[in-house]
Amino acid sequence: METPVSSILWVLSGSFVGSFGAVLLKAGAVRIERNWASLLQNWRLAAGVGMYFISSLMFVRGIANGELSLLYPLVALGYVFTMFWSRIFFGEPLTKMKFVALFVILAGVAMLNSGSMGAKN
Amino acid sequence: MTTPQPLVSHPVLDRINERQRSLILVSLCTILGAAAQILMKKGADPTIHGMVPTFIRIFTNLNMFVGYALYGISAVLLVLALRKGQLSLLYPVIALTFVWVAILSVLVFHEHLSLMRVGGIATIVFGVAMLGWGQSTTPDASEEDE
Repeated sequence: METPVSSILWVLSGSFVGSFGAVLLKAGAVRIERNWASLLQNWRLAAGVGMYFISSLMFVRGIANGELSLLYPLVALGYVFTMFWSRIFFGEPLTKMKFVALFVILAGVAMLNSGSMGAKN
Repeated sequence: MTTPQPLVSHPVLDRINERQRSLILVSLCTILGAAAQILMKKGADPTIHGMVPTFIRIFTNLNMFVGYALYGISAVLLVLALRKGQLSLLYPVIALTFVWVAILSVLVFHEHLSLMRVGGIATIVFGVAMLGWGQSTTPDASEEDE
C-alpha cells in the first residue's frame, strides 16, 4: 500500500503546528492566575489551544489514507520538534537521554502500527 | 518566567510533589485523549471530508461530540500539567495515548493484538520511562533557571 505524499505532508505539517501549539500552551500555562480576566487575556494560551486543535484536524486529514506505521511516527516526530523549541524558548537542556528516549518512543510507535492502514482500509 | 501559584490546594494534593502532579495530570490526559480518539473513530463518517463538514458532524453525532469534549478536557489537563516542569520531558509522555488506543481498540473494535504490537507498546512505555530516568538523574537545571 502506497502512502500518498499529501498524507505525509498533512501529518508533517500537523506535527509542526502542534509543536508550536505545545510551546504556546506551556508559555500560557505558567501565566495562569486565579481570575477569569487574566485567563481571557492569556493570548498565548488561546493561540496554543487553537494550534493544538488545528494540528489535530490536520492529523485526521492526513491519516485518512496511507500506512499508519509511517504516518503515526510522523505524528510523534512533533515531540522532537518540541524538544528543540523547548531548548530555544525555555532554555531546557538537550540531553542524550532525551534524544534516545524519543528515538525509542518513535520506534515503538512504528512497531505498534506496523502493517496497519489508514482509516479507509 | 513567572512562578505559577497552585490553583488547587488540598492536604492530600500537597503531599504529592509538583513533578508527580504534572506526570499524573499528563497521564490522565493521555487516557482521556485515547478514549476521545476511540469515540471519534466510532462517530466518524467515512463519506465526510473537509474541515467544515467534520466540524458540523461534531455537533450532530453523540460519539463525535463526547469524543471532542473529552479531547477538550484532556487539553485542559495538559495545560495544568505544563504549569510546572520541562515541556521537553512532559510532552513526549503523550505518546502513551498510542498505547491506550491500541489496548482500547482490542477491547472495543476487537482488533488483533499481534506480538509486534505488544512489542510496540512495551517499547513506547520503555521510552517514556527513560524520560523519567533522565530527569531523576539530572536534577532540573532549567527549572532553577526559570
